[in-house]
Amino acid sequence: MTLRRFNLPLWSGFLLTLVSVFTFFGVLVWIPATRNFPWVTLGLFLLAAVLLIVGVRRAFSANQAKPRRAKIGAVVLTGFSAFLIAAFVFAFFVAARWLPASTGAPQVGQRAPEFTLADTSGKPVSLTELLATPINGNAPKGVLLIFYRGYW
Amino acid sequence: MRSIEQSLPALNAQGIRPVAISIDSPEVSRNLAQHAGYTFPILSDPKVETIRRYDLVHAGAGENGADIARPAEFLIDTSGTVRWVNLTENYWIRAQPEDVLEVAKLLK
Repeated sequence: MTLRRFNLPLWSGFLLTLVSVFTFFGVLVWIPATRNFPWVTLGLFLLAAVLLIVGVRRAFSANQAKPRRAKIGAVVLTGFSAFLIAAFVFAFFVAARWLPASTGAPQVGQRAPEFTLADTSGKPVSLTELLATPINGNAPKGVLLIFYRGYW
Repeated sequence: MRSIEQSLPALNAQGIRPVAISIDSPEVSRNLAQHAGYTFPILSDPKVETIRRYDLVHAGAGENGADIARPAEFLIDTSGTVRWVNLTENYWIRAQPEDVLEVAKLLK
């Protein structure tokens, strides 16, 4: 492949798509400002889409004799990138909202249901104990219960 | 949970003890705590009993179709009364420690 024939926008668009996805799950997902609304990732996707469109136009431009291989390559890379972007947007904005309504969850002013559950050492711990055990030698003011999906 | 760990000194200074709950076994939770450096208590509800009592069961959403907890946060005062609730509509979007600290100021 000669340098002249190398479709730089196409390949950089494809690589940028991969980098966007990996940086989201590797780094940005840990930062509330870039996770609660993934504007960095969406911005990178937009840039990648522009590069891919430029790359596809170049591969299919009439005034340049391009081998068939370049056209197929452009379609495959762009298709794969589009799939990744669509999958991310779907996972973030659609699938992540498939949560139960939880209308029966305790509301402000109601009593929190008591429980006794094992901690990481297997020792049973109750809500009453958690609310009574001093924090750094001071009487506690409350417990923040955080229910999460699990580590798997 | 990482942002909770980062804000743990501030939360503790306000008298707030964060406690995490999932269906994971104590072993899995211990691995998570070691791996991620979490030092607050993590409790295990493998039979989904407490999660069900709080109406937070997300049926079949876990590994191999297991019932798991949907993400949710509750601030409970020492009388056992709920003072603040966050039921997120998107599991990527979680409560921030700043929100909790704001409410914690009102607790006695």
